[in-house]
Amino acid sequence: MREITYSEALREALRQEMRRDEHVFIIGEDVGIYGGAFGVTRGLFEEFGEERVIDTPISELGIAGAITGAALTGMRPVGEIMFMDFMTLASEQLVNQAAKIRFMFGGKATLPFVMRTPAGAGTGAAAQHSQSLENWFVHIPGLKVVMPSTPYDAKGLLIASIRDDNPVIFIEHKLLYRVKGPVPEEPYTIPLGAAEIKREGQDLTIVATSVMVQRSLEAAAQLASEGIEVEVVDPRTLKPLDAEPIIRSVMKTGRVLIVHEACKTGGYGGELAALIAESEAFDYLEAPIVRLAGRDMPIPYNRTLEYHAVPQVENIVAKARELAQGRI
Amino acid sequence: MNVEKKLELLRQMYTIRIFEEKAEQLYALGKIHGTMHLSIGMEGSAVGAIATLRPDDLILSTHRGHGHCIAKGADLKRMTAEFMGKATGYCRGRGGSMHIADPEGGNLGANGVVGGGIPIAVGVGLSLKMQKRDQVILCFFGDGAANLGPFHEGLNMAAIWKLPVVYVCENNQYAMSCSTRRAFAIQRISDRAAAYGMPGVTVDGNDVMAVYEAVSAAVKRARAGEGPSMVENFTYRWRGHSKSDANVYRTREEIESWKKKCPIKRFRALLIEEGALTEERAKQIEKQSYDAIEAAVTFAEASPEPTLESIEEGVYA
Ligand SMILES: Cc1ncc(C[n+]2csc(CCOP(=O)(O)OP(=O)(O)O)c2C)c(N)n1
Ligand SMILES: [Mg+2]
Repeated sequence: MREITYSEALREALRQEMRRDEHVFIIGEDVGIYGGAFGVTRGLFEEFGEERVIDTPISELGIAGAITGAALTGMRPVGEIMFMDFMTLASEQLVNQAAKIRFMFGGKATLPFVMRTPAGAGTGAAAQHSQSLENWFVHIPGLKVVMPSTPYDAKGLLIASIRDDNPVIFIEHKLLYRVKGPVPEEPYTIPLGAAEIKREGQDLTIVATSVMVQRSLEAAAQLASEGIEVEVVDPRTLKPLDAEPIIRSVMKTGRVLIVHEACKTGGYGGELAALIAESEAFDYLEAPIVRLAGRDMPIPYNRTLEYHAVPQVENIVAKARELAQGRI
Repeated sequence: MNVEKKLELLRQMYTIRIFEEKAEQLYALGKIHGTMHLSIGMEGSAVGAIATLRPDDLILSTHRGHGHCIAKGADLKRMTAEFMGKATGYCRGRGGSMHIADPEGGNLGANGVVGGGIPIAVGVGLSLKMQKRDQVILCFFGDGAANLGPFHEGLNMAAIWKLPVVYVCENNQYAMSCSTRRAFAIQRISDRAAAYGMPGVTVDGNDVMAVYEAVSAAVKRARAGEGPSMVENFTYRWRGHSKSDANVYRTREEIESWKKKCPIKRFRALLIEEGALTEERAKQIEKQSYDAIEAAVTFAEASPEPTLESIEEGVYA
């Protein structure tokens, strides 16, 4: 199969959906001629024009409101917030309005929109341009939260998100944009709420999200050479969560390491750990459930400090090894 | 303004220009990472505005804040060290170009969030007023920042409470790729000041003396307890928005036409015409700035990296 980047996969999903459905449009800062801060929408302005690829002033709350109102009245907008950090500015409309409108209206409204935004550290952009705030949105009933880790998933999940009748927070990762992988040319969907086993193994389960899936796969390859067989599970959508494959995997391996980039305290790992502890997998656990996550600190500018603020392959290898060898 | 002060302003403008050209080179060499936003072509705005302040007055800067930092009297050594992520930098290598801050020197920080400083200025103004301190806070923001919600909340609060705030809008006509023509349905951003009940003026931001005059009046008003003002400095950035900008949204001709309006050349020519400066003295001033920056780079390169053990220091008091 043809290989393209994560960024190209996202662009292809947008292009195909915009060709298929005239209600789909893009709105955000510098998404037009500039092509988006990370180049995801490059070329779409040229094809669809300024009426369907809309540049806004720097008004994050306005963008969130615009997609909410447009979705409420028949359109299927795809908003873009340039950095996930600025979702904080957009959050009133997303959290208090979009997430609740359908429920408050007694089910008499649908809000089919997607809000795309890149999270993550690793670019030297420091504390205000590097956060992973997925759990802010996971906590809000009425929102779906998607975090693709591969080009294949990026395309299939974005198309599914655009076709979904709910507000979807679609979280990309800056370091994944250039990652290449096989992606079919035709449109396809991956259901929101379908986890995937990215690698099979007997000794230990790693549940990882976003860029940590890639790092966990690298770690798994290293550990395999030591005779430790790791199973890597990617939830792909944090909400709704497909718990079944995670529980089954833990029942098989008896050991689980949860890896994410967001700060550990209040992160998604706590939710996953609780879910496993509450499930039938509890009786199969041979070791404590372990979390490896970002330090509870803002992302520093200095390269070395930044590197050590979030989990890296060697940290995953070390933790997984300890866990597999019964040292935890 | 006396001649010595005028020459000092010229020196500051040169320092900003040469510092940023150097930073650009160091970035290309991989000695500075991340991203940075250069204010080359906008030096008149930073220097003219900050020259109106007393040393104990305060500023809030932006992502395009190198000029503000230098004009506020930053130590170039500690500034360069911060750009290189060193332990001797202003923020101990934690902040970088976009977060450079020097609270002791009155610089309450650059900001990675557009418009992020506008509401903070309200709090600073309020605190100065509550403590009966006669300092003022000068809050810089770009044209793009004027379209964020916090702009509205901040300016209104500053106005109703007559806070000692001066809002300085550096209108360089673009917010990334978005021109002010597309982002505003009005011509002058300073027209918005009237809606909050504060004076607002627009000046030629490439004329350092015009900036100085306008901001002086605003500072005087703020210090007298008469409330905030807005000064809009109309200018242009020569470089791309950040390190990853191909300038596809504007023409080469437009950029070149603004290079002809260089605020430094213009001020230098004016001073020579006034007889305040000779070509020779101008070259000396330029060289002085250049040498200071070379020394700063040497210092920064020789400085240590922050230690890994210290990684979590500074999260809480
Ligand atoms: C709230 C927020 N939205 C978006 C960005 C990304 N961004 C950084 S600078 C910038 C343009 C700012 O324009 P302006 O205020 O005119 O300042 P200039 O860059 O022209 O100096 C944008 C969109 C940001 N940093 N913060
Ligand atoms: Mg601007």
